[in-house]
Amino acid sequence: MLQGPVIILAAFAYLGVLFAIAYYADKRADAGRPVIANAYVYSLSLAVYATAWTFYGSVGRAASDGIGFLPIYIGPTLMIALWWVVMRKILRISKQNRITSLADFIASRYGKSALLGGIVTVIAVIGILPYISLQLKAISTSYSILVQYPAIVMPHALDAAPLRHDTALWVALILAAFTIAFGTRHLDAAEHHQGMVAAIAFESLVKLVAFLAVGAFVTYGMYNGVGELFARAAADPKLHAMMTPLEGFGGGYASWVWLTILSMLAIMFLPRQFQVAVIENLDEKHLNKAVWFFPLYMLAINLFVLPIAFGGLLRFPGGTVDGDTFVLTLPMAEKQEALALLVFIGGLSAATGMVIVETIALSTMVCNDLVMPVLLRMRSLRLNAQPDLTRLLLGIRRGAIVTILLLGYLYFKLAGEAYALVSIGLISFAAVAQFAPVVFGGIFWKGGTRSGAIAGLAAGFAVWFYTLLLPALARSGWLPIGLLEQGPGGIALLKPLALFGLSGLDQITHAMIWSMLANIGAYVGVSLAATPGVDEHRQASLFVDVFRQGGGASGARFWRGTASARELHNLLARFLGAAAADEALRDYAGARGQRWPQDALEADAELVHYVETQLAGAIGAASARVMVASVAKEEALSIEELRGVLDEASQVVMYSHRLEQKSRELEAATQELRAANERLKELDRLKDDFVSTVSHELRTPLTAIRAFTQILLEHPDVDLAQRRNFLGIITRESERLTRLINQVLDLSKLESGKAEWRESELDMRELVRDAVAGMSQVFQEQGIDVAVELPAAVPRVRADVDRIVQVVVNLLSNATKFCQPGKGRITVAVRDDRGALRVEVRDNGPGIDPADQALIFDKFRQAGDTLTAKPQGSGLGLHISRQIVEHFGGRMWVESAIGEGATFAFTIPHG
Amino acid sequence: MAKKVLIADDEPSIVTALEFLLQRAGYESRVARNGDEALKAIEADPPDLVLLDVMMPAVSGYEVCKRIRERAEWSGIKVVMLSAKGRDAEVAKGIAMGADLYVTKPFSTRELMQQITTLLGG
Repeated sequence: MLQGPVIILAAFAYLGVLFAIAYYADKRADAGRPVIANAYVYSLSLAVYATAWTFYGSVGRAASDGIGFLPIYIGPTLMIALWWVVMRKILRISKQNRITSLADFIASRYGKSALLGGIVTVIAVIGILPYISLQLKAISTSYSILVQYPAIVMPHALDAAPLRHDTALWVALILAAFTIAFGTRHLDAAEHHQGMVAAIAFESLVKLVAFLAVGAFVTYGMYNGVGELFARAAADPKLHAMMTPLEGFGGGYASWVWLTILSMLAIMFLPRQFQVAVIENLDEKHLNKAVWFFPLYMLAINLFVLPIAFGGLLRFPGGTVDGDTFVLTLPMAEKQEALALLVFIGGLSAATGMVIVETIALSTMVCNDLVMPVLLRMRSLRLNAQPDLTRLLLGIRRGAIVTILLLGYLYFKLAGEAYALVSIGLISFAAVAQFAPVVFGGIFWKGGTRSGAIAGLAAGFAVWFYTLLLPALARSGWLPIGLLEQGPGGIALLKPLALFGLSGLDQITHAMIWSMLANIGAYVGVSLAATPGVDEHRQASLFVDVFRQGGGASGARFWRGTASARELHNLLARFLGAAAADEALRDYAGARGQRWPQDALEADAELVHYVETQLAGAIGAASARVMVASVAKEEALSIEELRGVLDEASQVVMYSHRLEQKSRELEAATQELRAANERLKELDRLKDDFVSTVSHELRTPLTAIRAFTQILLEHPDVDLAQRRNFLGIITRESERLTRLINQVLDLSKLESGKAEWRESELDMRELVRDAVAGMSQVFQEQGIDVAVELPAAVPRVRADVDRIVQVVVNLLSNATKFCQPGKGRITVAVRDDRGALRVEVRDNGPGIDPADQALIFDKFRQAGDTLTAKPQGSGLGLHISRQIVEHFGGRMWVESAIGEGATFAFTIPHG
Repeated sequence: MAKKVLIADDEPSIVTALEFLLQRAGYESRVARNGDEALKAIEADPPDLVLLDVMMPAVSGYEVCKRIRERAEWSGIKVVMLSAKGRDAEVAKGIAMGADLYVTKPFSTRELMQQITTLLGG
């Protein structure tokens, strides 16, 4: 029954089922009801870790090394314990930054470096090639064996060499077609391949079931349970030795440790693991179930490894049958056709699962992080002008898938024969392990820089290549074997398998030690030596502090630039297709209560960020950055930076406002003070003037009095006439002095407001008549004619009689002073004048110069011809008179012209 | 030859007193009633001594003194300032202007005549 066509049909039937599941799951995903939003599906998808290596290779390893097969499964189990810390952080970071692949993650962390992304992609592709070739080998080998049924012939014993190789090539091509159909039907912004995940979960179940089936068969069917099996094995001395762990293989303890570490890193950094664990993860909470489910799966699938191994060794003693094939050859040997077919399908399942996911992950990286950055920078292609680049992107991915599989086939042809399956796989593990320092450093250490990452990766990869890949090629005959035995150019210290004399270790351990040393050393050293750029620093904070930030919005940067929503839409459409772009913007608008394209979306920082993340899903973060930046001219500050700047700025503004205010107030106060000071100084000066003038005025008559008194005393021989003259002068000056003193005191009282006013009703006519009468003697002496003009009746006014008399007398005496003796004529008139009484005193003196007319009312000012004798009087009289008149609400003024006499007038308002 | 004294003061009573005293002392006296007049008088007939009242209208005594001192040919004229202001600052100013003597009013006639006699050299 197990003929070639049957097997092939069964294989295709199985693949058909897988495809159907994937298709269904994708349809459900598009409808928004994802099948895989399930923690168990997530956990099962993680089991893609178990490939044909697990299926076939573990038994083979166990058959040669006993328990030595275990570390590769202990590692992941241990890693799960740490997942809670590490994986959660990676998940959070990846969700927030829309990471689409491992290369994207690393590139994004170190400043969105396209170069770094490219390097990671190259390392990943080269590193995984052996692993892919392993799967191809497994499938073709298992087919070759099965098709020989019922004969059990090892493939390398067959001489149908071309056929065997053809098988692998066919397998590669078929798998390529299958993968393309699976993963590149359209572009998803988030790089979700829900159909693929569903199919993988299914195949995880299939391979588990198959393995358990064969295991159960061997243990209970061929033998009578575990006890008997182990008893039998213990009886065999060779097998007994294998049951002790530490003698499993060369290197012993060190090997165990390093293998465990290696597999711990592999479960994280194999591109397919990163893809299903991080990228395809729909809900962080799924992690909780995976943490115990996955180890359980590991346990289940490894449960029967030893029994099968021992069963096989017992069944096929002599080593004619490869341990790798026991799972298949044992049922075959026992004529269990159905079981054998199931096992084959199981192995196929394990292999195809790995190939599909790994190749999709790798093609994404090649497209986003290797090819697109280069193409975008090549202006000659004018990619910016193309409205729809989705076809190009899909084309690149499909091309990548085919290329990778063919390369895997190539490796299989070149070097696949040299090693057993497990060893091939470990070479790939060691390659992806090189990512560990830059990733762990990236999420825990802000000091890791881009140059450090590049240095570390380059160093680690170089050592890996030299210590693992080179020997594989040499052992396959493609490089001189002398390279291994004597070292390049005969330098023993550079022997690829014993660098610098470190010998006695198995190849993997040796390679791991040196590559990790080089990697970590270069990474840390270069990072510490260089200072990171702004972009790197920002990304470092975003990654390392992901749990401290408040969610995705804080990742948005403040943004200044010009772009329109339409431009951004076109950009999206170019890479995701018009439909996807529309949908993305619809979602965005919807979240804001707007509609697209009806409402105009504001092209602000948020929209730009949103578009950039959508774009990153299709072409990677680095390229997305470049594209968006080319559409919008922008400068970016982080929110923190901006907040800091704004805070500072607002504080400065507030402070300077306060300062301005204070200084304004200060100025106002200073002005006031200055004015007050001026006033005070003025008053002071006036006072000084007054005092000085008064002092002068007092001293002048005093001088005369003293002089004449002294003269009369010392010159008794002065004749009588002169004596009388002098005495007269003394008298006059005394009077003058007295007058002055009185006036000064009067003025002082008036000005200080302390004067006593005695108001009463007065009759102006009577007052004038009395005043004139009082001065009659003077008039007579001076020979002045006085005329008084009084109306018949005048209304009474209220004023201080004595004061008014003082005023009238002052005017009269002034008039007499200015009259020429003998020719003087004075007229006093009283008139009623519109609500007030007017009194005028007219003289026929020389008149007063208009220039002096205002001055004479000032203190101590006197008018007079300087050439004539100085006029008598103190100069205070008019001033005081005016004060008095004004006190009662009246006015005083003079009308005069030179040569025409003067008329002094004042008014007193009616009561 | 009698010494000539010019009285420059605008206060009549004081002028009278000074005239009397000077005459009694045997000096020839002239009177100017203000600064302008004083300068003209000096120009016309330079005296040996000038009695200069500081507080005069228009051209003050200080100004007259300064003018006198500006002219080399008048360097021999003695200047006696009379002023009601007696503060140190004023005195210093007067001396700075070139006055030979600064007398505050009211003054002692005897002392004044003694000073004048000294200045005119007996």
